[in-house]
Amino acid sequence: MRVELTRRYALAASHRLHNPKLDEAENRRLYGKCNNPYGHGHNYFVEVTVTGPVDTATGMVANLDDLDRYVRQEVIEPFDHTYLNMDSEAFRERVPTTENFCIEIFERLKKFPGARLVRIRLEETGRNSFEYAGQRNGDEDE
Amino acid sequence: MVYLTRKIEFSAAHRYHNPAFSEEENRRVFGKCNNPNGHGHNYVLEVTVGGETDPETGMVLDLKELKEILEREIMERMDHRFLNYEVPELAGQIPTCENIAALIWKLLEPKISKGHLARVRLWESPDLYVDCYGNGQP
Repeated sequence: MRVELTRRYALAASHRLHNPKLDEAENRRLYGKCNNPYGHGHNYFVEVTVTGPVDTATGMVANLDDLDRYVRQEVIEPFDHTYLNMDSEAFRERVPTTENFCIEIFERLKKFPGARLVRIRLEETGRNSFEYAGQRNGDEDE
Repeated sequence: MVYLTRKIEFSAAHRYHNPAFSEEENRRVFGKCNNPNGHGHNYVLEVTVGGETDPETGMVLDLKELKEILEREIMERMDHRFLNYEVPELAGQIPTCENIAALIWKLLEPKISKGHLARVRLWESPDLYVDCYGNGQP
């Protein structure tokens, strides 16, 4: 029986979409309001999906306390209430779009020892969400 | 292939406790979920059936039929019950969201007369759900 468990976490952060390799006009055209110089924020929701055999002694795929602690340590504490562009090394070279943020979260959680990470779904607003399930064979880049 | 999803809600109590563990170990592994008198949730169940659309009816599966199956198999069995004591199929198991979702799969899968059961998604709370796909792929 294949069972996947998904846990949802809230995280608030700000970002600015700006590519220093492009000029001001091009950045404005490409990113619109998201290019405003001082950044803006979102209430993100991170959905973490893991899978594995259901332990017969506990009835669980993963102990939720262990998962919560790991996610808190790797994702919530480093990013919650921060400005992604400036407060994290992760976005020194990459534009902190929610696509890239979603990939970054996947990379941070893929070594969770309690179960196998299947995918990350990241909601930027109630209307935008992104999913990343790791590199698949044939993918040329991240 | 078209997928159809029906959602129902049921309320139930449960307690996580493994009699093979000591009291202390139960408390350590299950935390508050081990509280002796149990606690409850409003579970939300989403059942997805996949199949081809019947040219005569335009349907994958008659929703009325699915509604009756869910009423009989799930609501009557689990709604306003204490899962540990009142659902015999869960005897000897910890009634986690994982095990309840797997039981729901086993109960529903043979009852779906047209198309096939594609996914059971069981929400225990707004921040936790489990998907069960049987032995198939999503």
